[in-house]
Amino acid sequence: MAFLDRTARSFLLAELVKGLGLTFSYMFKPRATINYPYEKGPLSPRFRGEHALRRYANGEERCIACKLCEAICPAQAITIEAEPREDGSRRTTRYDIDMTKCIYCGFCQEACPVDAIVEGPNFEYAAETREELYYNKDKLLANGDRWEAEIASNLAADAPYR
Amino acid sequence: MLMFWNGYALPTVIIVAQVVAIVVPLMLAVAYLTYAERKVLAAMQLRMGPNVVGWWGLLQPIADGLKLLTKETVIPSGANRLLFVAAPMLSFILALVAWAVIPFSAGMVLANINVGVLYLFAISSLGVYGIVVAGWASNSKYAFLGALRSAAQMVSYEVSIGFVIVTVIMCAGSMNLSKIVEAQKHVWFFIPLFPMFIVFFISGLAETNRTPFDLAEGESELVAGYFVEYSSMTFALFYLGEYANMILISAMTAVLFLGGWLPPIDIAPLNWIPGPVWFALKIAVGLFFFLWARATLPRYRYDQLMRLGWKVFLPFSLLWVALTAGVLVYGGLV
Repeated sequence: MAFLDRTARSFLLAELVKGLGLTFSYMFKPRATINYPYEKGPLSPRFRGEHALRRYANGEERCIACKLCEAICPAQAITIEAEPREDGSRRTTRYDIDMTKCIYCGFCQEACPVDAIVEGPNFEYAAETREELYYNKDKLLANGDRWEAEIASNLAADAPYR
Repeated sequence: MLMFWNGYALPTVIIVAQVVAIVVPLMLAVAYLTYAERKVLAAMQLRMGPNVVGWWGLLQPIADGLKLLTKETVIPSGANRLLFVAAPMLSFILALVAWAVIPFSAGMVLANINVGVLYLFAISSLGVYGIVVAGWASNSKYAFLGALRSAAQMVSYEVSIGFVIVTVIMCAGSMNLSKIVEAQKHVWFFIPLFPMFIVFFISGLAETNRTPFDLAEGESELVAGYFVEYSSMTFALFYLGEYANMILISAMTAVLFLGGWLPPIDIAPLNWIPGPVWFALKIAVGLFFFLWARATLPRYRYDQLMRLGWKVFLPFSLLWVALTAGVLVYGGLV
């Protein structure tokens, strides 16, 4: 009887028809994907994207050239040189991040005592050459100015969990 | 001069015009079949599919074609240059040539020959040469293995296709495709010959190297099989040929089993629709099954493929040939 049952099933292509029915029913389900460049998925406030150097509200840059980020960077992507400024405060003269080396671990923003270097919410900064991905201080500060609103709100949203 | 004009030039011009009238819509159909495939697969996998180029991505196949045209044709240094270039042309030409005998409506056929079925069978058997030549001329292991598999597979499944065609010929009493369609005036052959219809369609999947029988390409083990070394237009020709073959198998299914250009029932609103529209609709349904099968089924293992071809389909179709012949003779239908 089992033999008959099995033969009948295989000759009537029972499993095949069942599978075809399943895929057909899937045709009418709502899409699971989003239409990426036009629609975007939600991002966590902790999202680690493109780096930015922030400023205080009065326009003074936050970074005090303590080099903790350079020291902790596991990919050694950060290069910092520092000198005292005319007013005597210690500031960086050079702050470079090689974005092709960076592994986006977020250790730099964890290490930073003044919340100067942060990884912002931007992840759409693909470039056509490597050179464009060697970020210098100007570029990072410009990023900070551009994304300050989002970065500040993300930091505020994440603050209760720290 | 007049004799030359009436005897040779005019018929040539007419035939060329007819050929163009078949090939241009066919090429468009092939282009939009690739689009339909991507859309149907996307829908069944809960994705969007192409939707950026043109409205709903409708210009995507044109963009793809232009992209392939502007790419460089790479010929591997170890390849046999002549055969390497000839193979895709062979595949493509064979995929087109078969359309000469397909009847689009009553009397609408380029070559109304009395051995139309045999011609189709012969052309589809020749299709394997394009693949074997490509695999051999590439001088690459993957391509060669792909070609070997494809040759074995096509030979195996052609046997059962042959028997299916024999049953249809017996029922229709003619090898002329138009007569076969006219023989289905009262009942389409897929109703009395339903098992053979299924065997024919599954063998058609194998014949065109489509999933679940796409071992010749087998991207997970053979990269891309016989066309792994091809690029640019040489690749595009294989691609066009493969899809034109899919349309051809669907057209054969429509002619042999689904009553070609005939409406389902010969009553008022249905028989107002012209024959070519019915024919195109039936082809579209067949093609949807091709795509549907691709979205549903995983690839067969090589030994399973051979077992299905030789130990299931061959005895089964042989039995049906005998059965049909018996019914026809003792039922007094011949």
